[in-house]
Amino acid sequence: MAELSNQLMAAAVLAYLFAMVCYAGEYAFGKRSRVGRAAVRPVEAKQLVGAGGPVTSEPPVADDAPIPPAKRGRGELIGMIAVGINVLAVLLHLGGLVTRGVAADRMPWGNMYEYILSTTFIASAVWIGVVLRRPAVRHLGLFASLALVVMLGAASMVAYTPVGPLVPALNSYWFVIHVSTIIIGSGIFLIGAVPAAMFLIRNGYDEGKRRFPYTLGKHVPAAVTLERLTFRLHAFAFPLFTFGALIAGPIWAEASWGRYWGWDPKEVWAFISWVVYAGYLHARATPSVKRTVATWIALLGFVTMLMNLFGVNLFFEGLHSYANAG
Amino acid sequence: MTVVEERPAPPAAPPPRPVNRLWALLRNSWRQLTSMRTALVLLFLLAVAAIPGSVFPQRAVNAERVTQYYQQHPDLAPVLERLGGFEVYASPWFASIYLLLFTSLIGCVVPRLIDHVRALRMAPPDAPKRMERLPQHAEDLTRTGAPDEVAKSLAAGLRRRRFRTKVREREDGVWTVSAEKGFLKETGNLLFHFSLLAVLIGVGFGHWYGWHANRLLVGGPDQGFCNTLTQYDDSTLGPRVHPADLPIFCLQLTDFDATFQTTGQPKTFLATVQVTQDNGAAETRKFTVNDPLRLDGASVYLLGHGYAPILKYTDRNGVSQTKVVPFLPIDAMQTSEGVAQFPDINIDPKTDKRDPNLQMGFEGRYLPTAPTDGRATSAFPAENNPMLYLTAYRGDLGLDVGTPGSVYSLDQGQIATGELKNVSGARPHALKLGDTWTLDDGTKLEFVGTREFATLSIRHDPAQGLLLVGAVVGLLGLMLSLAGHRRRVWFRVRPNADLPGSAAARGGSVVTAGGLPRTDYPGFPEEFKAVVKAAEEGTP
Repeated sequence: MAELSNQLMAAAVLAYLFAMVCYAGEYAFGKRSRVGRAAVRPVEAKQLVGAGGPVTSEPPVADDAPIPPAKRGRGELIGMIAVGINVLAVLLHLGGLVTRGVAADRMPWGNMYEYILSTTFIASAVWIGVVLRRPAVRHLGLFASLALVVMLGAASMVAYTPVGPLVPALNSYWFVIHVSTIIIGSGIFLIGAVPAAMFLIRNGYDEGKRRFPYTLGKHVPAAVTLERLTFRLHAFAFPLFTFGALIAGPIWAEASWGRYWGWDPKEVWAFISWVVYAGYLHARATPSVKRTVATWIALLGFVTMLMNLFGVNLFFEGLHSYANAG
Repeated sequence: MTVVEERPAPPAAPPPRPVNRLWALLRNSWRQLTSMRTALVLLFLLAVAAIPGSVFPQRAVNAERVTQYYQQHPDLAPVLERLGGFEVYASPWFASIYLLLFTSLIGCVVPRLIDHVRALRMAPPDAPKRMERLPQHAEDLTRTGAPDEVAKSLAAGLRRRRFRTKVREREDGVWTVSAEKGFLKETGNLLFHFSLLAVLIGVGFGHWYGWHANRLLVGGPDQGFCNTLTQYDDSTLGPRVHPADLPIFCLQLTDFDATFQTTGQPKTFLATVQVTQDNGAAETRKFTVNDPLRLDGASVYLLGHGYAPILKYTDRNGVSQTKVVPFLPIDAMQTSEGVAQFPDINIDPKTDKRDPNLQMGFEGRYLPTAPTDGRATSAFPAENNPMLYLTAYRGDLGLDVGTPGSVYSLDQGQIATGELKNVSGARPHALKLGDTWTLDDGTKLEFVGTREFATLSIRHDPAQGLLLVGAVVGLLGLMLSLAGHRRRVWFRVRPNADLPGSAAARGGSVVTAGGLPRTDYPGFPEEFKAVVKAAEEGTP
């Protein structure tokens, strides 16, 4: 069963990669169809595709022209295929998690490796939910699947752990409550960081910046849409994270270690993340603070989450040391 | 933390009066402190200030690692100490940040609370003159019925959508309906911030009135203890706790059950104790790692366990003494180190005096499962092949001087000065369970057996309930404030002048509608459309 789980996870990563290629294809073809419309001769456009569809050298003239909704180009089709493969990847990912749970005879989030698998699964499932409800944001798929592949790759590189039983200290129903809510919260924060980053890029592009990261903003959804999606994802994840880290965690800590809060490195960084994300929500509610500034704070929050996951697990010693890595 | 857009417009400026500069400075500083930007900056400072506490060892978390740090970085450590680097969360600079933050919070939420209560009691304001200037508006909706009836039915429809409404009669037979919704957002927001205050007060209260202590409790009726400070290995009382305030109870470990996985990882720990509370009858209670023993006014947490070898020493006069000495585990397989000291031995039967140079000390390791290859580390945490490796020392143990020393190691100073001499050679002597070791002077040490011990933490924090309530209420408030949207809808109903004849006779009205989301609310246009549609059709 453990072997099956590893194979399913490998297949899931491959499927994410394939979905990513399709999203990238839509990126290129979506562009081609616009260029095609703008170009006088369709032959020229075909040659562009043959050359691998260069991304940056096209004139930005046609870019702002709205796509006629009636014409569903090849790009759109590839986009749909990308979403389909992405759904398949999520199912494989779920299969990998479930089989790992069955193999270990417990919830599959007992160590750092499994934690990342679960968090990315939540991120991925939420992404699919978002994209199915609002197909307009599909162009983010390239960056969403990129983020997932990077996280999964990092998980198997630095944190792979063979299936094993739970450390007895974790043997409590609070294990299920505390860890699951944090996983869900972190997963949504993870996927929320994608529109946050793309908003900043798109916003820079709208302001006329044409340097490298801003060129990526050409085809992503409108800045307002991205910003709003960022906020909604964060506003949804924040209470979950609050419950998991600052209520369920302390309740369990009280029962297990005798104190509800002890400034263990993991707790310190959860506190830091919470404060930073609270700062994001604050900044966004303050009219005098620019939306770009607020979004930078959200990204900073995500960096603190990464620090808590990788930095604290691998470099600091504390009571939350279940990384089994290295 | 003032949400600027939420506040009603300030009243007209009072007439100028002589400006007191100090007063102006104070007032401006206060405004600056309570502004939302300052709150943001303070939030950031708090996050940044928390970082060193995860980088440097903290005395409150693990004092031993602070000592280690002093050894590893002898130059840096004193500097860090002066900056509060080992007690970040108790340092003045950390406290000043969160106290400023909470002052800013109070300065912001109290006026907001007053405003909110006022807004709750106030009827929604009358419709603006020019609805078309509002973000959402609709015009020329025709309804049958006189304006007053239409206005009342519109208000009823809005009330069914849980708007607060107010119907007003204006001049020329015009009626207006004002409606507002989404007060829960601000209510939740205030609830959240006041809960933060409650949590801070709870933390402070718990610090002042709480206490905690640690105790290594060896099994057996002769090893029990009662809840007084002298019985603890270490203890910390809150500033407002007097030692006499501690609840009265006694504990005695009757059984300890540990099971392990084949890898040596512990699977379960179960401690069975006899508890006597308030000098009442003894009762048997069991507790385990995630399930502490809850007593009146204290909780007992099981932190770990280990073994205490029982050693019987027979001196030159044939008098024997038995000691149960806990050995502290140094690794996950319960390789343990400890010391057995016998100061009151070899007492001359004639003079009844002891010879201070004939005291005995044994130092060494205990392995619950000694490996077959003879290495001095345990291979498994359970007692499958118990083995003691001891070195014997004879001389003055240095216990009579009165300086407090560790009970888990011999006085190294006495060994260095030669007052205490190794009498068993360089290699430690191995003792199996039941073995007797005859020393060079004919005295004997017998390894009688072992008992298990549990390391316990005994704690009380009277504010935990308040904290939990504060945190849960805060979370509910947070969700309300994130989910809610405050918005206003107005209708102006006038008699339909386009219809021939008198409007009242014809019974026709024309309705103009306007909507204003008072917070960022992307769903508002749809809601407004639904409200207008219902108004047009006359169905709520």
